[in-house]
Amino acid sequence: MGAVEKPRDALPVTAGWEYASSLEGREIVSFEERYGLFIGGDHVTPRSRSWFTTVSPSTEEPLAEVAQAGPRDVALAVEAAQEAFERWSTWRPAERAKVLFRIARVLQERARELAVAESLDGGKPIKESRDVDLPLAAAHFFYYAGWADKLEYAFPGRRPRPLGVAAQIVPWNFPLLMLAWKIAPALACGNTVVLKPAETTPLTALLFADVCRQAEVPPGVVNIVTGDGSTGAHLVRADGIAKVAFTGSTEVGKAIQRELAGRDIPLTLELGGKAANIVFDDCALDQAVEGIVNGIYFNQGHVCCAGSRLLVQESIHDQLVRKLKRRMATLRVGDPLDKNTDVGAINSKAQLDRITELVQSGTDEGAELYQPPCRLPEKGWWFAPTVFTNVAQSHRIAQEEIFGPVLSVLTFRTPDEAVEKANNTMYGLSAGVWTEKGSRILWMADRLRSGVVWGNTFNRFDPASPFGGYKESGFGREGGRHGLEAYLRFE
Amino acid sequence: MSRLPVRKTYKLFIGGAFPRSESGRTLELEGYNVARASRKDAREAVVAARKAFAGWSGATAYNRGQVLYRLAETMETRVAAFAAACSGRREVARAIDRVVWYAGWADKLAQVLGSANPVAGPYFNFTLPEPTGVVAIVAPAEPALDGLVARLAPAVVGGNAVVVVASDAHPLAAIELAEAVATSDVPAGVVNVLTGLRPELAPVLAAHMDVNAIDVTGADGDVAALEALAAENVKRVVRAREDRSPWEIAAFMELKTVWHPIGR
Repeated sequence: MGAVEKPRDALPVTAGWEYASSLEGREIVSFEERYGLFIGGDHVTPRSRSWFTTVSPSTEEPLAEVAQAGPRDVALAVEAAQEAFERWSTWRPAERAKVLFRIARVLQERARELAVAESLDGGKPIKESRDVDLPLAAAHFFYYAGWADKLEYAFPGRRPRPLGVAAQIVPWNFPLLMLAWKIAPALACGNTVVLKPAETTPLTALLFADVCRQAEVPPGVVNIVTGDGSTGAHLVRADGIAKVAFTGSTEVGKAIQRELAGRDIPLTLELGGKAANIVFDDCALDQAVEGIVNGIYFNQGHVCCAGSRLLVQESIHDQLVRKLKRRMATLRVGDPLDKNTDVGAINSKAQLDRITELVQSGTDEGAELYQPPCRLPEKGWWFAPTVFTNVAQSHRIAQEEIFGPVLSVLTFRTPDEAVEKANNTMYGLSAGVWTEKGSRILWMADRLRSGVVWGNTFNRFDPASPFGGYKESGFGREGGRHGLEAYLRFE
Repeated sequence: MSRLPVRKTYKLFIGGAFPRSESGRTLELEGYNVARASRKDAREAVVAARKAFAGWSGATAYNRGQVLYRLAETMETRVAAFAAACSGRREVARAIDRVVWYAGWADKLAQVLGSANPVAGPYFNFTLPEPTGVVAIVAPAEPALDGLVARLAPAVVGGNAVVVVASDAHPLAAIELAEAVATSDVPAGVVNVLTGLRPELAPVLAAHMDVNAIDVTGADGDVAALEALAAENVKRVVRAREDRSPWEIAAFMELKTVWHPIGR
């Protein structure tokens, strides 16, 4: 056996190639030395008199100083949003729509600048920020712009009304795209917002403030308060908010739900995941391998719906793992601004430590680790694409969200067993199924307890497609007609 | 000598059976010794509901609609008993009509709440409502029967299995309803009813890790505490918003979106 398999195990010839770099120019972006808070249409100095530095995770170079908003700053932002709500909510919906259309257009016009900024501040490959984050962010505003003056058609038999000030907290994995997911439906429904970007990725949100200026968004309709988790906590506790929308960890989501207990403030939570990507023996194997790679190594695995648990039908396990390892060897890890890069930098030191710790637990618990040979840059935070085989369901790497480029491979024999194992998690955000049998796709889709099921594809997103979780992956949907409901009350 | 009526023993309703509380406790309420359910009874009820969930949520929508209509039929034959346990025949009529109304929603929900989504790519993409799982319902005290039916019917029609904490002011209506449920075709465990003290039972269900949603419409002053407990497993917390509406059903539903490529 070994002698036969050896040549097939060999690395693909491209694995050893040197590539000329193809750098996206960073001159297109210029950051201020220091950013205040964006409140009431102005950049204001924080009352907290406190600042922090945001750095590039790929080089550790400081990019800008950013305000650390305290409770007083958050209160001022909410007041500005309340004041703006009085007028904005009475705008003719068709005019409100036009503001959102303008935002979509400005995002398209400044897409390259914003993509570079996103890759600099967050570490994601430019080909992803350019081809995924920016087009989808613009599309999201375009989609919800069209809803602004059609809300009465979205909910038969109900009279929709805006809620007021929406407090929105977004994560660091898709900073601008998550901002778009939050702000676009909120504004389309006539709400105003106070948005807190993630501590490690505030810059595109601050550039978005300038997008608002260009689009002539009325002052106070969009307010941006930067800071760490404490700023988010102040925002959730602030008087005057009428809605909380949070995307982030399940742990923080639970804390927010507890914080809001008894206040009757509508809440949407988009939390963690541990998605099963289920591969049957009759699938198109090479397509499945591409889907697996996209499912877990897209955005360094910093994706709540990442396909982090690979469930493979036992009969094809060895063949699939062999193909997967070969494919992994062609992934290029490195400079996010290089257009050839597939896997960029880990977003922060803290996240790198968490990934490292969980990967260590995988090895300690007896799973078998594989990483393709790859040279990681010396500066910055990096983690090589990783796959674990021989994983048991009880292993931490099969249960906990790693939020990094780490895949755990488990096996199953029957469709029932696949369903049982896939659903054996507190999460329920997404799942993938690979089979050429149409009836099986639908049978599986019916039984998987998750908000999104990708059949013969993975990690697809669209503004028209509702996204959100079952179980401890959260509640409420973002995207599509269903995404409007989170930002409306009904008379 | 006039005939003595045969008095009913009001017991719990768990997994299709009518057990006494495992604790052996009762409370004298509305002139009867009503079972005072314990924490263990509450947990048993959740187990029964979870066991029933797969079958009930997997039944066809047409079937669920017929079963609920059948419940309205069995309720209709018990009007006198219900009337004695609530404000009277008008309330009973409202409750029965409400069950009929919700029964008819079973096979229309997916069309009203779901969608086909025009994504920008070669994919077929659709969204369907699915039941969230096991739902705890803290029954409102008033109206004794219709208040409970107004929360129970929208939860059950979508395919959820429920555990009801009956109002401690009016537990008899809840048990009368359980008896109608037991003689309709609602599968065992889809509806479970606990009588006893709300402050004892509701927190157990709010904190239970295998309960997916809790309806706090009847929780009065306990809402904040129950919601805080509910956060432990990110339960959906539901309150009545409208008298009767498909959106009341939607509050107990998840939405699932499925993608598939289109190609030759």
